[in-house]
Amino acid sequence: MLKEIKILSDHGKQYVPDLRNQPVSALFRGRPVITADITAAEARKAAALCPAGAIDSSSGAVDLGRCAFCCECALAMPEVYRFTNDYRISATRREDLIIKPGQSEPLRIDESAVRKEVRRLFRRSLKLRQVSAGGDNSCEMELSAAGNVNFDMGRYGIEFVASPRHADGIVITGPVSENMSAALEICYEATPAPRLIILVGTDAISGGLFAGSPAIKRDFIESQHIDLYVPGNPAHPLTFINGVMDLTGRK
Amino acid sequence: MSSNRYKVVRNGSSPAGFSEIPVLGYELFHEEVTSMLADERYHCLNYSCFRSGEGFRFICVIADDGSGEIRILSHIKKDDGTPLRSLTASCYAMHIFEREIYENHGVLFDDHPWLKPVRYPHDRADRLSVMDNYPFYEMDSEELHEVGVGPIHAGVIEPGHFRFICNGERVLHLEIQLGYQHRGIEKLFVSAGDGLHRALLSENIAGDSAVAHGLAHAQLLESLAGLEPPVSLQIERCIALELERIGVHIGDTAALCGDVAYQLGQVACEALRTMVINTTQFWCGNRFGKGLIRPGGSNFPLTEESAAEILRVLEEVDRRYANVTDCIYSLPSVLGRFEDIGIVTRKQATSIGAVGMAARTCGVPRDIRATHPFQYYRKMEINPVMQETGDVLARGMLRALEVRESVKIIRRLIENWRNCAKETGRPQYDLRFRPDCLAVSVTEGWRGEICHVAVTDNDGKLVMYKIKDPSMHNWMALALAVRNQEISDFPVCNKSFNLSYCGNDL
Ligand code: SF4
Repeated sequence: MLKEIKILSDHGKQYVPDLRNQPVSALFRGRPVITADITAAEARKAAALCPAGAIDSSSGAVDLGRCAFCCECALAMPEVYRFTNDYRISATRREDLIIKPGQSEPLRIDESAVRKEVRRLFRRSLKLRQVSAGGDNSCEMELSAAGNVNFDMGRYGIEFVASPRHADGIVITGPVSENMSAALEICYEATPAPRLIILVGTDAISGGLFAGSPAIKRDFIESQHIDLYVPGNPAHPLTFINGVMDLTGRK
Repeated sequence: MSSNRYKVVRNGSSPAGFSEIPVLGYELFHEEVTSMLADERYHCLNYSCFRSGEGFRFICVIADDGSGEIRILSHIKKDDGTPLRSLTASCYAMHIFEREIYENHGVLFDDHPWLKPVRYPHDRADRLSVMDNYPFYEMDSEELHEVGVGPIHAGVIEPGHFRFICNGERVLHLEIQLGYQHRGIEKLFVSAGDGLHRALLSENIAGDSAVAHGLAHAQLLESLAGLEPPVSLQIERCIALELERIGVHIGDTAALCGDVAYQLGQVACEALRTMVINTTQFWCGNRFGKGLIRPGGSNFPLTEESAAEILRVLEEVDRRYANVTDCIYSLPSVLGRFEDIGIVTRKQATSIGAVGMAARTCGVPRDIRATHPFQYYRKMEINPVMQETGDVLARGMLRALEVRESVKIIRRLIENWRNCAKETGRPQYDLRFRPDCLAVSVTEGWRGEICHVAVTDNDGKLVMYKIKDPSMHNWMALALAVRNQEISDFPVCNKSFNLSYCGNDL
C-alpha cells in the first residue's frame, strides 16, 4: 500500500487543465506564417524544395492538408517561412487549411460550414469510431493519447468506442490504402446517421506523401462531406481535441 | 573470413559492388544458406529478389551474430516459371521471405508448407489473389468453432484480421492475415524525387519507430555514398533511438496494465510516457522524433539545453518507472494474468527466426546493437537484456529492465557527447551513390532489428529498396503464443508483442 501511495504522490496532478491554452515546446510545428512580401522567385524556390507538394509555386501559400511538417521550407528560407507552435489548426473547410502569405491571425473554424444537427446532438457527448486506413500508427497513438491521463478528452464527453454502431462518427487516419477501402466504407455504413467524418493527419486529408501511390484508393472519402480536417504528421492530441470542441461548439 | 560463395560486409559500412557478389547455382545456394542457418549463430536479415536483365536476381543477407559479419549470397533464376526447392522446408524462419517473393514475383517454391499471401501488394504477381479469398487454414470438426476479429479492432489501433479456431474457450490455432495497411512504400523510395522525400518516407514506414527506420535509411544512404557521419551525429542518433525505446516501452507497460484493469499502473505509465515523448518534442519539435533523423546531418543538432533537459526528465522517469514496475510485477492480480500466459519457447523462437524483444524474452540473445553495432554503439559495450520464460510477464519485465538500461546508455552517450567535437552538419539530400552496388543497413529499434537494403544501377540510381520490420518475423511468434490459451488472453498476448501492421504491410 505504501508503494501505491508513493506512486500517486509522485504522479501528482497530470491532467492539462486548460486544453485551449496549453504551452507546448517552442520547436513544435503548428501554424505556419508566411511573410506578406514573398517574391515570385521565393515562392518558386519553396515549392521546388517542398517534398510534399504543399507549397503553391505562384503564391507561396502552404496547404496544411498536404504539409508533412518537416520544416525544411522554414529552415531554408527563415525570413519567408516560419512555424509557430500554435496547435489550433483544424478546419471545417478544406480551403481554410491553405495558409496564405501575410496571414497571421489564428485559424478558427468556419461556423457556417458546421451542420446544424452537429451542434445540437454532439456538443455534450460525442462517441467516435477510429479507422486506420494505411496510417503509420503515429496518428493512431496520438488519438489514443487524447484520451489519456494528460489530455483526458473524456472530460468533455468525447470518447472512442469499440463499435461503429455505438458511434456518432468516424475518425479516419492514413492515406486510405486500397486494401482497407472496403472495410472503411462498411464501417461508415454501420454508423447510425447523422454521423461525422473527421480526417486526422496529413495522410488522411490528402494522401500526404502517399498521394501518388497506386496502392491508395481515396474515392470513398473524396465523395463524402468531411466535417473536420485535423492536420499534422502526426496530428497533436491538442489539435484534435480543440478541433472537435470547436466543431461541436464546446466552449 | 572471405569466401568464394558469399561477399562479406559489415553493418552500415561500404557497400558491396555487384561484381564482387558471387552468383551461385541454386543447389549450392540452397546448401550454403540452409547449412548456415542450421547454426543458431546465423540468422537471415533479408531475402528477396528483383528483376534484372537475366531474370530474377536473388539476394540473401545473413548475419553472423558471432563475428559481426554480414554475408551476401546470390543466385540468378530465369523467368521460366519453374519452381524452386524451398528453403523453408529446411529452415522455417525463411517462410516469410519466400512467401513475399512468391507474392511479389510469382516465383513458386514447390515444397513450401505455408505459401500464403503476405500483404496483397498493389503490384503483386497475381491480381486474382484478393483479400476476400485468403486461404485460411481450416479444421473440420463439429466440436470446433471459428472466431474472426478485424480488420477493424475495438481499440484505436491499426487494422489486421485474426482468425481463431477454438475448442470452447481454448485457442487451437490463430491465423493472422495482414496487408490492409499496404501503401506501396518500397516502390516510393525508388521513385521519390529527392533525398528529403525519401527521408520523410522512412519516418512514415512505422511512425512508432520513426527514429529506428529513419536511422536505418540514413545509414543506408550514407553507406551508398561512402560517407562516415561525425561522432557527434552518431551519438545524437543513438540518444534518439534510446529515447524512442524508452517512450514506447513505458507506453506499452501502460497498455498492458490497462488490459488487466490495473489502473494505477496504467495512468502512472501514461504520464511517464508523455514526459519522455515531450522531451523528444523539446529537442526536435515532434513527439515521435519525426524530422530528427536525416542523411548526412541533422536539422536539430543536440544542444546543451536539450541534453540537460533529457537528463533531467530521465532522472525522474527512471525513478518513478522503477517504483511503478516494482508495484506492477509484484501484484498477484497482475501476475495471475501475465505469468505462464502466451509462452513462446526458445526452440520456437529460433525456428521462426524471432528477433529483438520477442527473441530476447525467450533466451535468444538477438540485439543488433551488440552483435552488429552501428553508429556510436560501435564504441560502446551493450549487454542485451534477457528473459527466459517467453511469457507475457517476460515481455513486460524485459521492457522494465530495458528502460533502466537505456537510461544508463543515454547518460553515457551524453557524457561522451559533451566531450566530443560538435561536428553535426546540415542534412545532405543530394548524396551521390556508388554505382552498381548493394548496401545493407540494420538498426535495433525497440521491437527489434530493422533492415534496409538498397541496390543501385550503373548510374548510381536506386533500383531496388527493401525494408524489413521485425514484425515480419514476430507476427508468427504471436500466433504460436496464443495456442492452447484462453481466447480471452489474446489481448494481453497481443499487447505484450505490440507488433507493427504498417511495418509488415509497407
Ligand atoms: S514544412 Fe510543409 S510546406 Fe514546408 S517544406 Fe515541409 S512539407 Fe513543405
